[in-house]
Amino acid sequence: MVFDAFEQGRFMTPVVSAQNLGLTFKTNDGDVVALSDVNLTINKGEFVSFIGPSGCGKTTFLRTIADLERPTSGKLTINGQTPEVARKARAYGYVFQAPALYPWRTIEKNVALPLEIMGYGAGQQAERVRRTMDLVNLSGFEKKYPWQLSGGMQQRASIARALSFDADLLLMDEPFGALDEIVRDHLNSELLKLWDRTQKTICFVTHSIPEAVYLSTKIVVMSPRPGRVTDVIESDLPKERPLDIRETPEFLTIAARVRDGLRAGHSYEEAV
Amino acid sequence: MDTVRGAKSVTRTGPIIVVLLAMLVVWYAAAIGMNAPWQTTLNTRAGLADVPFTDFALQTWAQDRPVLPAPHQVLGEIWNATVALELTSRRSLAYHGWITLSSTLLGFVLGTTLGVALAVFIVHNEAANRSLMPWIIASQTIPILAIAPMVVVGLGSVGITGTVPRALISMYLSFFPVVVGMVKGLRSPESIQLDLMHTYDASPWQTFWKLRWPAAMPMLFASMKVGIAISLVGAVVSELSNAAGGGLGVRLLTGSYNGQTIQIWAALFIAAALAAILVMIVGAAERMVNARMGARPA
Repeated sequence: MVFDAFEQGRFMTPVVSAQNLGLTFKTNDGDVVALSDVNLTINKGEFVSFIGPSGCGKTTFLRTIADLERPTSGKLTINGQTPEVARKARAYGYVFQAPALYPWRTIEKNVALPLEIMGYGAGQQAERVRRTMDLVNLSGFEKKYPWQLSGGMQQRASIARALSFDADLLLMDEPFGALDEIVRDHLNSELLKLWDRTQKTICFVTHSIPEAVYLSTKIVVMSPRPGRVTDVIESDLPKERPLDIRETPEFLTIAARVRDGLRAGHSYEEAV
Repeated sequence: MDTVRGAKSVTRTGPIIVVLLAMLVVWYAAAIGMNAPWQTTLNTRAGLADVPFTDFALQTWAQDRPVLPAPHQVLGEIWNATVALELTSRRSLAYHGWITLSSTLLGFVLGTTLGVALAVFIVHNEAANRSLMPWIIASQTIPILAIAPMVVVGLGSVGITGTVPRALISMYLSFFPVVVGMVKGLRSPESIQLDLMHTYDASPWQTFWKLRWPAAMPMLFASMKVGIAISLVGAVVSELSNAAGGGLGVRLLTGSYNGQTIQIWAALFIAAALAAILVMIVGAAERMVNARMGARPA
């Protein structure tokens, strides 16, 4: 029983835990409060979307998890560790807004980049590249250079790169923002399948309400000036989500709540 | 298909040939005009009157020391001073060309190495970034003609003569475009490409070799093309300070002392051809590297 309780406790260690988190940028025009008093817990296996207008701090929050920005107040832990320790332990894979592939490397060499840096052997590299390229349906494009691929395929390659070293946490910063809607729909359903297969915890920044509702188990609504969390919505949609789930009343109810949350943050009025 | 390709090659080479022919026509015409006064004097002294224009033109293209030598005279001199002479002869342009080429190449290698090293230092060290750049720019505001004799004579007085002092002048000129280009090149990676390295906890060494260095390749070759051309200029200028050492610069100098315009033009042509070939070699190396790096064909 004691053993069970211990196991239970370990299982419940949140992947991301933020308490009263704040981040203020010092600029020449004075201080900009990018994040203010953010409290959030993300558990293992969750798919969490961050949604809000530009300037609400959703990308900043993701970058803080990744130790690309340092919080100025409050507490943030990743797997119970500081973001820096977690980064050095290669606890997460990060997918940026742009694919950021290195143009002088073939797709397989791009996917192998983190493996090279982390010191995997040649055999391990080849095996992991093959597996992750298969996971994002890019098999057959190993020897191509980035410019030979479409935007959607490039972004899939960058997802493969983030998955290649098997971190349990995947941070995605508007990964499909630059793609057209048809490609985006396709990649969204692919991403859900991938999440289901890999059992990873995913943090996903977006500014699209349907995308957030379609993908997430939890939706974090944020608003700007100062950047803060205005609502956290637990989605009760089934795990199996065909694309036409977006026309169901359940889906529309959640979407309406997200929209209300955004409106409550005065984001529309201020944006105009 | 073949006719289309044939037509395409004509449209490519056609204009080049036309321009080349036009330049030759202008050159020959100018030679007549510029050499005419001296030819008239000669003809008057020789008691020749009423020389027909065609004969007169041929005379102006065949003077010993013309103001402007005709192209065939220059080419003839180049032939006589290279193929028709032994390589070891002090009058051989191949001999002098080799002297210039060797100090150009040594200076270029030294200059490129120094330039890359300085750029790496500047990119990785904020203090170097702020303090070194003004000195590097100041170094290029000093006329090379003033520095070259000091270096050549100074090093000569401590027993260092020959290629090395001349190469140092070439280096002095050629490191500059490489520093400026490589600082820009090594800083060219976008912030998300650098962030990516940070998320992998990559060492500065890994970030350099896997990101900054390959990203800087286009700038490296662009600045090496400038570098190798001014390296040749540096070599020629340095030769002016030591006439006994030989080199194309010396041929230019002695030619102008003796009024040997044909000799000057021949040395000039060799220098220009050398520079063109060197730049082409750098360009070929660039294309090879581009192909290996999977660059999109232009």
